[in-house]
Amino acid sequence: MPLNAAARRDPAWLGRLGLAAAGAVLLWPLLVATEFKPWLLLEPDSLRVTGRFVGSFFPPAFGSDFLWMLARETWRTVAIATAGVTLALLVALPLTLAATRALSVSALAGAMAPLPYAARQLVRGLLIGLRSMPELVWALVFVRVVGLGPTSGVLAIALTYGGMLGKVYAEILESGDAQASQTLLRNGATRMQAFAYGLLPQNAAELTSYTVYRWECAIRSSVVLGFVGAGGLGQQMDSSMKMFAGGEVATMLLVFVALVALADRLSAALRRALG
Amino acid sequence: MKISLLDLSARHATARRDAAAALTGLSIDIAEGEQLAVIGPSGAGKTTLLEVLACARPPASGRLAVDGATPWSLPRRALQALRGRLILVPQVPPLPPRQRVVTAVLAGRLPGWSLWTALRSLFYPVDIPAADAALDVFELSDKLFERVDRLSGGERQRVGLARALVAPARLWLVDEPLSALDPARAQRAIAALVREARARGVTLVATLHQVDAALAHFPRILGLREGRLVFDLPAAEVTPELLARLYAQHEDELLGGPAPADDRPRPAPPVVMQCR
Repeated sequence: MPLNAAARRDPAWLGRLGLAAAGAVLLWPLLVATEFKPWLLLEPDSLRVTGRFVGSFFPPAFGSDFLWMLARETWRTVAIATAGVTLALLVALPLTLAATRALSVSALAGAMAPLPYAARQLVRGLLIGLRSMPELVWALVFVRVVGLGPTSGVLAIALTYGGMLGKVYAEILESGDAQASQTLLRNGATRMQAFAYGLLPQNAAELTSYTVYRWECAIRSSVVLGFVGAGGLGQQMDSSMKMFAGGEVATMLLVFVALVALADRLSAALRRALG
Repeated sequence: MKISLLDLSARHATARRDAAAALTGLSIDIAEGEQLAVIGPSGAGKTTLLEVLACARPPASGRLAVDGATPWSLPRRALQALRGRLILVPQVPPLPPRQRVVTAVLAGRLPGWSLWTALRSLFYPVDIPAADAALDVFELSDKLFERVDRLSGGERQRVGLARALVAPARLWLVDEPLSALDPARAQRAIAALVREARARGVTLVATLHQVDAALAHFPRILGLREGRLVFDLPAAEVTPELLARLYAQHEDELLGGPAPADDRPRPAPPVVMQCR
C-alpha cells in the first residue's frame, strides 16, 4: 500500500534544515570579523586601481638579459624547493615511523599499550610544533642567523614541511589496507620490516603523489620566502614590484604556472608508474 | 611446536567487550609435528581459534600454552619472538598488489632476518632458490618474478601458502587454504601442504570447508560448532552421523555446496586523497 503524504516526507529533512541554519548563524560573525565586503571590489575607484595594476602586466617582459636572469633564479627556486623537501623527508621519515599506529605491535591484540601510546602522542606533538610555525617565521629566524640567501629558505621549508609530511604520511599509512603489514607483524616481523614489505608497497603511489604535491607547494612557498630575503624568484618578484615593473612580474607568474603544471604532470606519471 | 588449550574461551576480532564468546570451553592438546584439520559450519569460530593459536589474539579466559610457555604473560619482545616461530596464513592472502611474488614469498623469512638483510633482499632477493622451490610445490614457479596484482585469486592464495614453506616456523596455521582454488588444484595443494609439513616435522593446523579433503589428508579432525568442540577424533572414526550433527541446519556446506563467501568484514577501501 502506498504511504500517505505525511509518511512519505523524508524524516532526515528537519535535521538537515537545522544544521544548515546553524551553519549560517555561525558564519555570520566570521564574516563580520573578517570585514567581508566583496562589493567594494566593484566600486569605480577600486576598478580603476585594479585595472591599472593588471594593465601594467602587459606586455610581459621578454628582454634577453631579463630572461637569462629569470632562468637562473628559476633554477635557484627549484633548487630551494627540492633541497627543502629532501631535508623535510629526512626529518619526516623517522617521525612518521614513530607516529603511525599502523606499525604498533601492541595494538595487534586490541588496544595499544600505554607506553607506546604516550610515545606516539609525543611524536605527534613534535610534528604539530614543527608545522604550526609558518615557514615564513622560520625564514625570518634563519635570515638573522645564516644571513640573506637561499640557505634560510631551505631550512625554513625543511622544518615546516617536515612536520606536514610526517603527519600526513602517518595518516596515509593508517588509512591504507593494513592486512599485509599486520600479517607480517603478527608473524614476528619487526616494525621496519613490516614497513618495507607491507606498508610501503601498499601505499607507495599515495605517498609519492603527496610528496610531489608538497614539492609544488614548496615552490610557491619559496616565492613567499624570497620576499623576506631568502633568494630565488620571490626576491626578484619583490624588487620588480617595488620598481613597478609589471611586465617582469607577469613573466614570473607565467614561470610559476609552468612549474606547477610540470609538478602536476610529474605526479600523474609517478602515480601511473606506481599505482 | 606443541600446544595445549585448557578451558579456553575467546571473542571475535571485532566483538564488543560484552559480546558472546566466539569460542567457549575449548580443551585441546596438539603434539609436536601433528597435522589436524578444523571443520565446522560458518561462524563456528574456526578463524578465531587459529588467531588464538597464532598468539594474535589473547584468550578471554582459560589457558593457552605454546611449548610449555604462556605467551600472554611473556614480555612483548619475547611474544614477538614466539610469533616469529609460527606462521598464520590468512584466508585472504595478505599481499600488497605492487609487490613481486618473489618478495611476497620471501617475506616469510623476515622473522629470521636482520633489517639489513631485509632491505638488501628488496634490491636483490637473497634466497631465490628457496622461493622458487616453495612456489614449485604449489605449481607456481613460473610466476617467480610476476607482480602480485597480475595473479589470479587462486594463484595469490598459493603464494600465501608458499610463504609458510620458507618461514622459519615450527607451527603452520592455515585458514581456509582452498577457498579460491578449483577442486582438482585444491586436492593437490592440500596434499602438498600436508606432505611438506610432515617432511619437516612441522605442526600443521588448517581450517577447511571441504570435509572430504580434511578426512582424506589429515589424521586428526576437530569438529567445531558455535564455538564449542563437538568432536576431536582420528579421521577414520569420524562417521557420517557425527558430520550430520556437526552441520545440522548447514547441510549445504557439508554436501560440498559452494563455500560461503568470506563473511568477515572487509577492510575499508583505501581513502583516496587528492590534496591536503
